[in-house]
Amino acid sequence: MNTGRIVRLAERDRVEVQFFLDGEMRYALAGDTVLTAMLAPGHALRKSEFGPEPRAGFCLMGACQDCWVWQEAGPRLRACSTPVTGGMRLRTTAPESWP
Amino acid sequence: MSEASSQKVVIVGAGPAGIRAAATLIEAGLHPVVIDEGHRAGGQIYRRPPDGFVRTPGQLYGSEAAKARALHACFDKLVEAGRLTYFARSSVIAVHDRRLHVLEEGCLHVIGYDRLILATGASDRIAPVPGWQNAGVYSLGAAQIALKAQGVALGRRIVLIGSGPLLTLVGAQLLKAGAAVTAVLDTSSWRRQMRGFPGLAARPIVALRGLALRARLGGRYHAGVTVECIEADASCVTAMRWRDPGGRQRITPCDTVGMGWHLRAETHLADLVGCAFAYDEQWQQWLPQTDAMGRAGNGVYLAGDGARLIGADGAEIAGRLAAMACLTDLGHAASPVQADLRKLARLKRFACGLACAFPWPAEMVRTMPDDAIVCRCENITAAAVRDGADFGGGEANRVKSLSRAGMGRCQGRYCHLAAVELVAAQSGCASRDVGRFRGQAPVRPAPVGAFLRED
Repeated sequence: MNTGRIVRLAERDRVEVQFFLDGEMRYALAGDTVLTAMLAPGHALRKSEFGPEPRAGFCLMGACQDCWVWQEAGPRLRACSTPVTGGMRLRTTAPESWP
Repeated sequence: MSEASSQKVVIVGAGPAGIRAAATLIEAGLHPVVIDEGHRAGGQIYRRPPDGFVRTPGQLYGSEAAKARALHACFDKLVEAGRLTYFARSSVIAVHDRRLHVLEEGCLHVIGYDRLILATGASDRIAPVPGWQNAGVYSLGAAQIALKAQGVALGRRIVLIGSGPLLTLVGAQLLKAGAAVTAVLDTSSWRRQMRGFPGLAARPIVALRGLALRARLGGRYHAGVTVECIEADASCVTAMRWRDPGGRQRITPCDTVGMGWHLRAETHLADLVGCAFAYDEQWQQWLPQTDAMGRAGNGVYLAGDGARLIGADGAEIAGRLAAMACLTDLGHAASPVQADLRKLARLKRFACGLACAFPWPAEMVRTMPDDAIVCRCENITAAAVRDGADFGGGEANRVKSLSRAGMGRCQGRYCHLAAVELVAAQSGCASRDVGRFRGQAPVRPAPVGAFLRED
C-alpha cells in the first residue's frame, strides 16, 4: 500500500521495476521518474545543505535543481527528469567516498 | 546547395514556438538543428508522458488536444524524415562566439550556428512565502507536470496559492483527475480581476472557458486573499495560513502547496547572447527586446514565452514569424506575414488583460518578514538581501554578490524577481531602477567531468 506523498491517479497498469534506495530494495512503475519512484513511498528526496528541512523537489522541469539525489557510483541526477530504471542504485545522501 | 541552405540555423527549445520555427525553416528547404531539454518534443504545455502511458490527448490536454496532437505529429514526422537534427534531453549551458555549449547526458558538445532561434519558454513566476523552503511546496507548473507526465498528484491534501490562469487551470485539472484540492487561494481580488476585462475580451471563448474552470473549483476558490505562511513540521508541510478579504485568519491543513503568480520568461540564453533587455511595466519583469517578427539582432531571433508571455497559441505564431524573419535575412523571398502579425496582436491584447488581472504581488514581497527565505537554493533570508541593499546600495548585482541571492543552483530563476523587489523596497525606489541579475554561464549546473570529456 502506498503511504507516501505521491498519489497515483492514472496510468496504474504498468510493469513494476526494482531499484535500490539507500541500499534497500524498492518498487516503482516503468515510466516513473526517480522523483515519483522515491516519493510514492516517501515524503522527501534529500536534506537541504543550508537548513534543517528536507526537500522534495519544487519545479519538476529541471530548472530549480531542488531534486538532486546521488547515485551510489557518485554522480548526482535530477530526480524530476530522470526515468527510474531497473536496478538503479540511489542515495539520499552523498556517498562517503564522495570528495 | 544555395547559400541560404548552407547556413546553419539552430533552434533551442521544442515547444510550440520551436516546433513551428523548425517546420517553417524546413518548408523553405533548410535543415535546422533543434536542441531541447525534454525527453520528447512538445515543451511544457504540450508535454508528453513516457512511452507506455495510455491516456489520450483528450484526457491530457482537454480543449487543447487537437493543437497538441498536430504539433507532436508535425515534429515527429520531420524527425522521422530526417529533415532536422534533433538533440533531446540536451541543455544549452553557454553561448559564446556563435557556438553553443550543449550538455547531453553528462557530455559536453559544441555546436556552431549562423542563426539562432531561442524558444526557451517560461516557468512559474514565484513570490516567496514564509515557509516555502519546506518539503511539499511546489510550483503550480510542477503540480501540472506531475499530473500530465506521470499521472500523479504530489500530495494527499493540496492547497494552491498565487494568481494567474494556471492557478485555476491546475486546480480544475487536479480535481477532475481525483486529487484532493482543499483550497485555491488567489491574491488578486475580484475587483482587480475585472480590470483585466477589456484585454480578456479579445478572446471571449478562452475567457469563458477560464470562468467555467473557475466554477468547477466551487467554494474552494477565494479571491483577494492575503497569504501569510506555510506551516511545516520536521518532515513536511502541515498547513497554509492565510487571511480572507475580510481579514479573518484561516488555517487550511494540507501536506502540499502549489504556488505561482503567472509566468516568468526564461531569458538566460538571450542574456548570454547579448540581447538588449528592458523593464516591462505590464509584466513586471525584464524582457529581451525584439522587433515585431522576433529579431533581436546579431543573427538571433526570439519566439514564444521566452520573449513575450502570450501563451501557447501565440508561441506557435511567434515561432513561425521568427523563422520567416530568419529566412528573409538569409535572402529567401519574404512570405506574407500580415495575417500572423494581426493574430499575434490580438493574442497580446488578451495576454495584457491577464497580466493586469493577475498581478505580481509586489506589496507582499516588499513587506515579507526578515526571517523568511528568499533564495530557496541556499536558504538566504529577506534580512540578508535587505542588509545587502543597505550595504551595497540599490543595485541588483551588487546585492547578489553580497547576499548570494541569485547565485544558487537555480541561477536566480525563482528568487530573482523577489530579490530585486526587496532591494528596490529597501532603497526606496521602483523595481526597474535597481536593474536585473546578469545571466551567467553555465545556465544549468554541469558536472566537472563534462568539461574533461568535452569533444
